[in-house]
Amino acid sequence: MNHLDRLEAQSVYILREAFNRIDKLAMLWSLGKDSNVMVWLAKKAFFGHVPFPVMHIDTEKKFPEMYAFRDRYAKEWKLNLIADKCPPVEEVDPTLPPAARSAARKTLGLRMAIERYAFNGIIAGIRRDEEAVRSKERVFSPRGESGQWDFRDQPPEFWDYFNTDLPPGTHLRVHPLLHWTEMDIWRYIARENIPMVDLYFAKNGKRYRSLGDQDITFPIDSTANTIEEIIIELEQTRAPERAGRAMDRETEDAFERLRAAGYM
Amino acid sequence: MSNERDLMRVVIVGHVDHGKSTMVGRLFHDTGSLPEGKLEQIKAMCERRGMPFEWAFLMDAFQSERDQGITIDTAQIWFKTPKRDYTIIDAPGHREFIKNMITGASSAEAAIMLIDASQGVQQQSRTHAFLLNLLGIRQIIVIVNKMDLIDYSERTFEAIKAEYVRYLDEIGIVPNFVIPAVARDGDNLVHRSERMSWFQDGTLISALDSFQSQGDLKALPLRFPIQDVYKFDDRRILSGRIVSGRIKVGDRLMFSPSNKVARVKTIEAWNAAPPDEAGPGQSIGITTDEQLFIERGEIASHEEDAPIETNVFHGRLFWLSRKPMTEGETYRLRMQTRDVQVTVERIEAIYDPDALAQRPAERVERNEIADVVLRSYALLALDDAEKNQRTGRFVLSDGANIVAGGTISMRDYPDQRKLVTIRSTNITAVAHRITNTQRVSRNGHKGGVLWFTGLSGAGKSTIAMAVEQELFRRGFQTYVLDGDNVRRGLNSNLSFSPEDRAENIRRVGEVAALFADSGQIVVTAFISPYRSDRRRARAAAKDGFHEIYIKASLETCEKRDPKGLYRRARSGEIAEFTGVTAPYETPESPELTIDTDKLTIEESVAAVLEYVDKTFRKHS
Repeated sequence: MNHLDRLEAQSVYILREAFNRIDKLAMLWSLGKDSNVMVWLAKKAFFGHVPFPVMHIDTEKKFPEMYAFRDRYAKEWKLNLIADKCPPVEEVDPTLPPAARSAARKTLGLRMAIERYAFNGIIAGIRRDEEAVRSKERVFSPRGESGQWDFRDQPPEFWDYFNTDLPPGTHLRVHPLLHWTEMDIWRYIARENIPMVDLYFAKNGKRYRSLGDQDITFPIDSTANTIEEIIIELEQTRAPERAGRAMDRETEDAFERLRAAGYM
Repeated sequence: MSNERDLMRVVIVGHVDHGKSTMVGRLFHDTGSLPEGKLEQIKAMCERRGMPFEWAFLMDAFQSERDQGITIDTAQIWFKTPKRDYTIIDAPGHREFIKNMITGASSAEAAIMLIDASQGVQQQSRTHAFLLNLLGIRQIIVIVNKMDLIDYSERTFEAIKAEYVRYLDEIGIVPNFVIPAVARDGDNLVHRSERMSWFQDGTLISALDSFQSQGDLKALPLRFPIQDVYKFDDRRILSGRIVSGRIKVGDRLMFSPSNKVARVKTIEAWNAAPPDEAGPGQSIGITTDEQLFIERGEIASHEEDAPIETNVFHGRLFWLSRKPMTEGETYRLRMQTRDVQVTVERIEAIYDPDALAQRPAERVERNEIADVVLRSYALLALDDAEKNQRTGRFVLSDGANIVAGGTISMRDYPDQRKLVTIRSTNITAVAHRITNTQRVSRNGHKGGVLWFTGLSGAGKSTIAMAVEQELFRRGFQTYVLDGDNVRRGLNSNLSFSPEDRAENIRRVGEVAALFADSGQIVVTAFISPYRSDRRRARAAAKDGFHEIYIKASLETCEKRDPKGLYRRARSGEIAEFTGVTAPYETPESPELTIDTDKLTIEESVAAVLEYVDKTFRKHS
């Protein structure tokens, strides 16, 4: 087995554990590269089926290309799609800086969806290498009633034995891509030929490296318009992946606050 | 293509001041793994601040970048050789060491252990080695660093090597390489050392490159734990990840512990051609020729190389919970995908890896290493960790959290597979024409089994023979099945191995049940040290089974030693002697206990007779 085979086998194992251990399970689908890889891995794990709802928490501020992608592949991949809309921004914690507040809308939308459908497990496509706070995550990570996360006192997780039991009043976040890097994701997309939103590929010297809401995501300078060129670009760059995400960097602890409150 | 490259995870352990950061910095540089300009950048920084350059600064620089979320992975850093990529896992020392080390290092496939040549082997080095062994990391390189401080002396190196190798040997580790090095100057890391030309066994990198990234899992017997069973469409797919060995279409598989057998019809795949075979680490799904009822938790193997089946084993574990482990407490045992309740039958000892010493204890505290005996009601399929470290390990959960991890030893305990495997099929019980009531009516008493259990020398045979004599005198139909007598005939083909001892008891249990069914009161006098064996005997005789614990302390029995067996066991002439070198599991709730430390033979016999009178009389 090569490196990608091993990553794939590990993610498949995690998805199957989640499906076996958690009765009301859903997968978050942000329409970005990571969550497309995640849906693909689910189809691998379950032999062509995705046996739980795939949930797009809709801020109604995504790029039109993303909505088109969603509608096409929800059908093609036979997904059981939930696409509920987020509450208005006025309902979100006003002490957060503006971009983070906008992102926190999604957290609130997620929390409401969890309540509405009584989910007790949410599969999310975060990766350790994306952001320092995410690096402290576990594969199976319990959340309090309002979704909060205490990263300072986490249970040990080793030998691929995950803490799959739910203390009362909590739900589990499951992270099947935690051990992947951005480079792994693109190499896997190339190998498997997984469809992607066009925005990742350069047009007029710009491309999106990470996709979020239109108003808080910015493109980078790039001429990479094939997967292979993106991989070459990544091999050379020293800029962090989420540099184009405004909410991460407004204040030093903005992302940590978002995460602690239940952001993905 | 670059994405076909292999990746191996390596953990580095050793004292902070034995040169860990220096070695990693140097390794990065010498393998050409540093980002462009990095070295110059750090050299310039040192000049600016007027301090001498240190390789360890590279690590510091990586650390601060990691804190800003820039470098690739947080707990891990990477370097490359022509053969493959390596991830280095830093195992932090000091406090909370065990929890950190297992969460970080448990996935490592190889370890580098660093020793300072000028200081020799120290306590932490021993503790590290012990934990690596417990974690199952078997590909190990020992680097004896700072050889410049001992003038590159081959003799001193050999002395340090001999001392450490001896220690490692005692805890069951054989290091693959012991290499003298000067990490600061790069001697024997990537390039061979000119200054230690006497050393001919290669470099750190050649040693690492010689390791296998899947260890030896491919060569081990097949272990394929079933994770789930899918019926999304017309296929019924058994899914799971192969732990060891290979599986091929057409293979006959044995599922344990249910002992069912079926053939592999297909290996399924999505968006790819269905493979003909699969190996360790692969998450697969299979269909079988027969539709067996198989659940999550079963382990598929080949028939000839099946795992051990048992409901009791020795575990050596590290305890992680703030709440101590105590005897009699119940936890959830997880082994691969199996999940069952276990009880801590005994805490045998707390282990001190530094002194290689054990001490008895009533409880196991956080971060302690302990030897325990765990017992489940359900039958388990497992391996001794010596045979397969993956299926030879387990974790314990308490509530929602994992509280311990450990390895399995099956010393003294038999494989119960044969005992639970029914080979005779197509057999229907034939009804007798004489009813049980008729037998009771003629005999004036019920039939049944008085199952004596206890240590050798506790008085089982003596009391049994006296009870038989007195019951006979009083008109009871009775007979004694005695250990030595049965072994002269019925069981003369059985040895004293744990498996044959279990079979010995199984046969006696079945024969006793037949005697009881015929209306007799049969007295058996066997040590029968294992609860699982006695439980089977009870199942055979059903309501007619009466467990009588002939109790005496080991000291008393050893003093009596009627057959001189204890003396021979102590001298080592008899291996595996119950109470001395093999366990005796005391009955949990016997129908009657006869304490021969306190009672005379006459009193003991009287107590049994009183019990029989009360229990077996026609109208009782």
